[in-house]
Amino acid sequence: MIPTGFEYERATSVADAVARLRASNGAAKLIAGGHSLVPLMKLRLSEPGRLIDIARIPELCGIRQVGDAIEIGAATVHHDVATSPLIATRCPMLAEAAAEIGDPQVRNRGTLGGSLAHADPSADYPAVILVLNATIHIVGPGGERVVQAATFFKDLLTVDLDPQEVIVSVRFKPVVSAGYAKLHQRASHYAIVGVAGVLDIQGGVVRSACVAVTGASTHAMRLSNVEHALAGQPLNDESIHKAASIAGAGVAVVNADVHASEEYRRAMIPVFTKRALEKARARSSA
Amino acid sequence: MATTHVLPKLVGQRIKRREDPRLIQGRGTYVDDVKIVGMQHIAFKRSDIAHGRIRRLDVSVAKALEGVEAVFTGAQLAELIRPMPIGTPFPSPTHRAIAVDVVRYVGEAVAVVVARDRYVARDAVDAIVVEYEPLPAVVDLERAMTGQPAVIHADFPNNIALPQIASGTGVDASGKADDTKIDQAFAAADVVISQRMVNQRLVPNAMEPRGVVAHYEPGKGSLTMWSSTQNPHILRSMVAGMLGLGESQVRAIAPEVGGGFGAKINIYAEEYVAAAVSKALGLPVKWIEERTEAFVATTHGRDILGYVDLAATKDGKVLGLKLRLIADIGAYNMLLTAAIPTLTMLMANATYDIPAIRATLVEVFTNKTPTDAYRGAGRPEATYFVERAMDMLAAELRIDPAEVRRRNFIPSDKFPYATQMGAVYDSGDYEKALDVALAAAGWEALKAERDAARKQGRLVGLGLSMYVEVCGVGPSASLPTGGWEHAQVTVERDGRITAATGASPHGQGNETTFAQMLADQFGVPLEHVTILHGDTAVVKQGIGTFGSRSQAVGGTALVMAGARVKAKMAKFAGPLLEAHEADLVFENGIISVKGLPTSGKSFKDVASYAYVPVPLPEGLEPGLSEEAFFEPKNNTYPFGCHISMVEVDRQTGEPRLLKLVAVDDAGTLINPLIVEGQIHGGLAQGIGQALIEEAVYDEQGQLLTGSFMDYAMPRATDFPRFELQAMVTPTPVNPLGAKGVGEAGTLGSTPCLVAATVDALREFGVKHIDMSLRPEKLWRIIQGGRA
Amino acid sequence: MSQVAIIVNGKARKADVEPRMLLVHVLREQFNLTGTHLGCDTSQCGACTVLVDGRSAKSCTIFAVQADGSEVTTIEGLATDGQLHPLQKGFWDAHGLQCGYCTPGMIMSAVTLLRDTPDPTEAQIREGIAGNLCRCTGYQHIVDAIQLAAGRR
Repeated sequence: MIPTGFEYERATSVADAVARLRASNGAAKLIAGGHSLVPLMKLRLSEPGRLIDIARIPELCGIRQVGDAIEIGAATVHHDVATSPLIATRCPMLAEAAAEIGDPQVRNRGTLGGSLAHADPSADYPAVILVLNATIHIVGPGGERVVQAATFFKDLLTVDLDPQEVIVSVRFKPVVSAGYAKLHQRASHYAIVGVAGVLDIQGGVVRSACVAVTGASTHAMRLSNVEHALAGQPLNDESIHKAASIAGAGVAVVNADVHASEEYRRAMIPVFTKRALEKARARSSA
Repeated sequence: MATTHVLPKLVGQRIKRREDPRLIQGRGTYVDDVKIVGMQHIAFKRSDIAHGRIRRLDVSVAKALEGVEAVFTGAQLAELIRPMPIGTPFPSPTHRAIAVDVVRYVGEAVAVVVARDRYVARDAVDAIVVEYEPLPAVVDLERAMTGQPAVIHADFPNNIALPQIASGTGVDASGKADDTKIDQAFAAADVVISQRMVNQRLVPNAMEPRGVVAHYEPGKGSLTMWSSTQNPHILRSMVAGMLGLGESQVRAIAPEVGGGFGAKINIYAEEYVAAAVSKALGLPVKWIEERTEAFVATTHGRDILGYVDLAATKDGKVLGLKLRLIADIGAYNMLLTAAIPTLTMLMANATYDIPAIRATLVEVFTNKTPTDAYRGAGRPEATYFVERAMDMLAAELRIDPAEVRRRNFIPSDKFPYATQMGAVYDSGDYEKALDVALAAAGWEALKAERDAARKQGRLVGLGLSMYVEVCGVGPSASLPTGGWEHAQVTVERDGRITAATGASPHGQGNETTFAQMLADQFGVPLEHVTILHGDTAVVKQGIGTFGSRSQAVGGTALVMAGARVKAKMAKFAGPLLEAHEADLVFENGIISVKGLPTSGKSFKDVASYAYVPVPLPEGLEPGLSEEAFFEPKNNTYPFGCHISMVEVDRQTGEPRLLKLVAVDDAGTLINPLIVEGQIHGGLAQGIGQALIEEAVYDEQGQLLTGSFMDYAMPRATDFPRFELQAMVTPTPVNPLGAKGVGEAGTLGSTPCLVAATVDALREFGVKHIDMSLRPEKLWRIIQGGRA
Repeated sequence: MSQVAIIVNGKARKADVEPRMLLVHVLREQFNLTGTHLGCDTSQCGACTVLVDGRSAKSCTIFAVQADGSEVTTIEGLATDGQLHPLQKGFWDAHGLQCGYCTPGMIMSAVTLLRDTPDPTEAQIREGIAGNLCRCTGYQHIVDAIQLAAGRR
């Protein structure tokens, strides 16, 4: 598998990357780990005329605590997220999701920003980013803007990101009582269905819940009916079961392919919602 | 006087492989590692539709690209080479290496590009424009048999590639059938099990895709080919025939070959095309298959539909078996395609003494990639159909699956046992294999464990499967390529041994096992033996490695040649030691007179003497090099018993293999370490078939599982530790007693996993589930539907 | 054409490449390091695994230009002073290979696995090589090989 020809350049800073994107007039694509883009290029499903490499821009890499939030640079690889002690203690769901992406080699190269920008409907990160209410920090010709995760994922492979913009980082308030559960597609190990859930618990009662699904539809999305069903309820087997049982009911378009029919995918949303919530609950009491 | 250093006997020892030092350091030479000055790369434009007439084929832009040497269409190629030959005596439609007017499966080549490098070649392929008039795609097997929705080859009405053939009880040599006995068996039955079963289509997926380098040297008029093949000698013969060259003008080399699993037996269009293009252009060319290309261009395996009827008494004694087979062979017959399902017929007895059996077979064309051998090749299908039926019988009669089998085994005192299907089982003790497996697995304890798990609401099941297979394939009457193997053994002047074998190992470790045998035979250190293979210029003749035959047939040829050299060497040593040659022993690097170990001459000195024989003993020629062809009188029939425990996730339907116990009897073992590796690999492929592997086509004939993104390959995380136990019942068919083991793992594991899964789901009333056991399929059963 | 400078197995190497050339092709064709193999087009099989800046990576999913300035270790660079790496020895001793095609990539993945997890459980080993397909061995002897290597270090 051999891609079509392209020009390659390296950006030295975010500003430089934005300037290069602008100069290319839409012909260029950014590349960091390349683990979403290169496979598509090899299959000639993507044929960019120019690649701008942002993998080595120092400001794009690393995991930092910023006040009570955690900031992850867009070019941070999945392995670093999966094994970060900070993430492991403060936001174990994120480490758990990162550790389930692809395989070890993919996790050594693939990046958070790349996964979000590509927004594969079966990618793991989007569900997690949604339930963390993360903000996505983007720099473009007009300067920096901040997009809420809730409005970032628009449609199939479509996000709120202009071709001349660069995702710089993702920022979120870490939460321990959260879980991610995933039904693996047995060949690619993408998610047939993946559900992330965050529980805000006080005195055994769910103050609020945040639940999102990936793999099921055109793009990752929140399951607001589940969130509503949990809010204000005592946290127990019954409330989790009841809330999970309606998961996916409001999802209009559900994917179907050789691995899973629409009916099966729909049925798996409650199953994995329950598993994610149970993990969140277990972590809340730990 | 030679110093004595006692050498251990090597046969039967767990010897580390001699192949490995080069492979673990990345120093092996696979076909893509071969480079020749001036070498061009070739790439194929392939059909992206399943069935259609080529209306326009424009290669002009491709031809004009910088770096493109040439482009050949099917019509141009047809002037250079003959239609593709097959290796079976069945009728076959005309098959051009590159399609000329009609394409019949996704992946069939329509043009070939020759270019400076693989990058340019790929660009040129993309620049070729093809327009097709689409024809209806023939995908559904049973509909295909009615000629619907289209006829693929005009001279094969209703897409019937092979009209029904029959064998078994009441069928005479001409194929004429008398139904009396089979009808009586079914009439007398208390219970009849009837089930339609699909043994699904698989993609072999050797980790090294295919590849070929062809180098025609115009000045010499000869062709050298490196190919990722299991049988270089067959490649040589067939390429020579296709190009109109003599076999002496073609040298075929199988360098390091990265797995074959049956799919590299066939001689492929790309090999003929590379040879033809090299000859036409006078340039060396290389073709390396890409994985997504391999999914459609390399033969698939299995894909046999079976209608199984089993008649039995209420005590579980089987009275009769009907096996109606319909094989989906894809768009064309390849080298052995037509013969593979006949092996399913041959093995319809399985391990059982069944009074009346009838097997029939029809082979059908569809617009899919052609099928051919895949690890097990016809035997796993037979095992699967019969073992699943035995499980259904056990369930119907509420008899333990082990017990129902026990009541039907061919008794151990009946070997050799001639089956109604025409096989003569050489040796066996099936009940013992069952007992060893039951003990190794702790069958009764496992049942208790399963029942306890069920009480907790878990879906846990147990499965058991017997198998017997055909290995060590020969004689020539049973193998169209020739049922023998060849070997040459030379004791060099310095006492080192060089042996050439016609077997062509590609992972089986014969450089080690063969050396173990020869080292023992000559009483020399292992390091003094070198095994050569895979080059027709080095190995005079050969058949190749497939059908688990290398050890049983190739190994025997080797020790036969070895014995001849040894006998001659004794004739040289006799006069030196003033002893009769019959009194000599070869041990510890010394040839000595029996009972007088210190009297000997070193092996090396005798070897040197044989090459400078002064004086030359009366009646002897100088030199120590002999060869042998070994053709066995019969196949070998290894057997065994596999037991598995499976748990199904009640919510998702995901099956998980918890335990697998395998008892395999491959006859005498040369190297148990290597044997275990062979069994492990076979198990993985058998389990893969049961659980996750499946070539799925849509209604348009597109392969939906056409890459590793969608075709699930077993990974390390899919398996528990396999628990193996060996049993040894030597075969009388060859002097080694070895039966062969390469394919064994794929036979028992597949039905035993399906049985375990059906058992796990038995509370839902399911009796059989077709493979693969996809989570959704199992989930639907749990939801109350049917598979 | 772009020029890339890569330290390969400790040696500074330069090559002129088209930007679209994959790292695996540059290693194999220009540096003649043919121990790194290609087994798929879709980044699943891991036969092409090498170490890039010390960690396992699929060299079929990296353009050589991306690796400009990096350190790359291939199977050929694993043995030191003529001594096999403990993993190479482990694979040999435990019969961790048959056709050998997946072996270099498998070993390179195991190098990273043992660096991250020096004393892995069987489950961790199986997870650690989940990005490498082997069609021959059923993985059991590979697991044994890695365990053997881990115990010997």
